[in-house]
Amino acid sequence: MQETAVIEVKGVHKSFKTVHAVKGISLRIPKGQFVALLGPNGAGKTTLVEMIEGIQKPDEGEILILGKHWKSNEEELHRILGISLQETRYIDKLTVAETLQLFASFFNLYRDRVDSIIDLIGLEEKRKSYVVNLSGGQRQRLAIGIALLNNPKILLLDEPTTGLDPNARREIWVILMKLKEQSETTMILTTHYMEEAEQLCDYIIIIDQGEILKEGNMEQLLNSDQEKKIVEFTIESNSFSREITETGSPFQIQWDPARKKGIVEIHHIDKELPALFEYLGQRNLQLKNLEFRKRTLDDLFTSLTGRHLHE
Amino acid sequence: MNRINRENQLFQLILARIKETIREPGVIFWGMIFPMLMSLGLGIAFMNKTDIFRRVGVIIHNQDTISTGDSTHVLQSFLQHQTEKINNPKDRFPAYKFTIRDEKLGNSIFLFQEMRWDEAMVLLKRGNMSIVLNEQKGQIGYHFDPLNPDAQLSYLKLSGVFGKKGNPVAENRTNIQPLTVRGTRYIDFLIPGLIAMGVMMSTMWGISYDIIEKRSKKLLRRMVATPMKKYNFLFALMTVRLVMNFLEAALLFIFSAIVFGISIQGNIGALFLIFMAGSIAFTGIATFISSHTSKTEIGNGFINAVVMPMMVLSGVFFSYHNFPDWTIPFIQPLPATILADGLRSIFIEGAGFAEITVPSLILITTGVVFFTAGLKIFKWH
Ligand SMILES: Nc1ncnc2c1ncn2[C@@H]1O[C@H](COP(=O)(O)OP(=O)(O)OP(=O)(O)O)[C@@H](O)[C@H]1O
Ligand SMILES: [Mg+2]
Repeated sequence: MQETAVIEVKGVHKSFKTVHAVKGISLRIPKGQFVALLGPNGAGKTTLVEMIEGIQKPDEGEILILGKHWKSNEEELHRILGISLQETRYIDKLTVAETLQLFASFFNLYRDRVDSIIDLIGLEEKRKSYVVNLSGGQRQRLAIGIALLNNPKILLLDEPTTGLDPNARREIWVILMKLKEQSETTMILTTHYMEEAEQLCDYIIIIDQGEILKEGNMEQLLNSDQEKKIVEFTIESNSFSREITETGSPFQIQWDPARKKGIVEIHHIDKELPALFEYLGQRNLQLKNLEFRKRTLDDLFTSLTGRHLHE
Repeated sequence: MNRINRENQLFQLILARIKETIREPGVIFWGMIFPMLMSLGLGIAFMNKTDIFRRVGVIIHNQDTISTGDSTHVLQSFLQHQTEKINNPKDRFPAYKFTIRDEKLGNSIFLFQEMRWDEAMVLLKRGNMSIVLNEQKGQIGYHFDPLNPDAQLSYLKLSGVFGKKGNPVAENRTNIQPLTVRGTRYIDFLIPGLIAMGVMMSTMWGISYDIIEKRSKKLLRRMVATPMKKYNFLFALMTVRLVMNFLEAALLFIFSAIVFGISIQGNIGALFLIFMAGSIAFTGIATFISSHTSKTEIGNGFINAVVMPMMVLSGVFFSYHNFPDWTIPFIQPLPATILADGLRSIFIEGAGFAEITVPSLILITTGVVFFTAGLKIFKWH
């Protein structure tokens, strides 16, 4: 990461009336990197991204895009950015092709660009449909198409797949992976979904409550605690389970009472696993199932905050 | 359309705005169909000369039905020979219908009913009847409240029928020139009012609502995050609205010219000027009230707060001179009043540039002031 950063964010703060939404975030994103901003609702993802997009102004700190400030470079930066905002609804009674044509005109682009975008986002059959009649996934693909019209050097997508079913989500991933192969676009994408961050992005920044909790590629994030293993177990439903998370227990068990399911991180299988059996046995809890699994970003988030990404 | 034009953002913004507008069925209905229906409804309601229908009590002294061949009794022989007897078994009183034909003012239909004096008084007090006739010594006596204009009208008409000597006349022979010449009818007053109302309503809803809706959909912030020029966006919105206003007004005018024979007495150029000025005034106001909010409900409230008082006060449907005198100085400077008065003076009074220039300048200034103020506080994000 020695090359010059395409996006540079330095010590940025942003507050609204009662909320300190972004608390001193700094980023350096090199050319061609796909970055995920992963965080739960209200983490400050949109606020951060919109400051990078020049839509909101930071209270404090500095943002540079290709070494340029927003102030006095608006026109130029608008030309190289492709963005998709969270929850934009386009004009209901324009067709897909007309909407793209309209936005293409803002960049002085020709009609053939509209056609190739329609092809790229796979809306060939819908080109003459009104936007209001598109499905959620089709609308998101249109939004991404609009963002890609000007062959942006920097693509900023705010929750492009939230609320979509897994198929629709995968269709969007395909578009973005194609883009990654074929261009040098730098991308920031915000998401709640760890799979999305994992699948699409080289670099993941986990943010919560306006702060960066942890960042790095998947390896760095998950293997920093190399020796930790995740054990998931369920117990018989008639077992008594109230005291499983009692204080003073040697294990930090995350307990889901509804599903009678516990998650625990252990470091040394040979010592701690027998101790876990003993611990459960002493309390008359009959194991129904137990498995080891790979650590995920959600586990990481949980170990950092005590909460899940989806809550 | 050549290639350069098609890629031009202003061209595309205008094109998109036109498509968006005409694809909304409400726009066509409220802007074009509704004013025509309104002119039709109100125009007909206030134009048809309606037949006057009156009941007249006739007191018969001998309590009998009218005896045939008794020629000394003017009333009785009149009823016998010149009216149409109506046999209605439900009605206790024998009734006779007599019509005074009048092409110009509408027919007067009198329904004579024989009754006793006391019965007549009851009906008179109830207001079911306003005049009672009897006959004494060959003279017809008229009994009615002299303060009741309706009774007076009946008296005048009936005395015309019976004449001084009691010779019934069933034709109106006086030469009446009804004042239904063009320019003085209610419809002539109404059409310029409806055009002014159309400009106000269409501009306020067309511009304010559109801006607020695009802001609430976050589309406005998405659009300004491109190299789109903000003034192109506003210019497209306004141009399309102006053209739509013009089409709406032209359609209403053509309709009313065909149906009611409306014509423009004054200068067409002046008409165009005041029309444009009115559109500019409301465009400015619309931009101002939609400059900040992203809540369509609040926008609706603002729009109604502007539009409703002017609908009532500015003399769209009836003259504001019906309001108390002290209110007039407050009503006259309202943009809708200036526009309606200006349009009317051209349509009806034959006004030209001389009369229209000052009101037009006031309207344009209003528009520019509000527009500038609106832009100062305009929230694109
Ligand atoms: N315009 C605003 N006015 C007041 N508070 C705001 C505004 N925008 C954001 N916030 C607050 O700032 C915090 C961060 O919001 P932000 O939208 O950046 O979160 P997010 O990570 O994008 O969440 P989500 O995943 O739900 O989109 C939240 O507490 C939010 O309520
Ligand atoms: Mg967000």
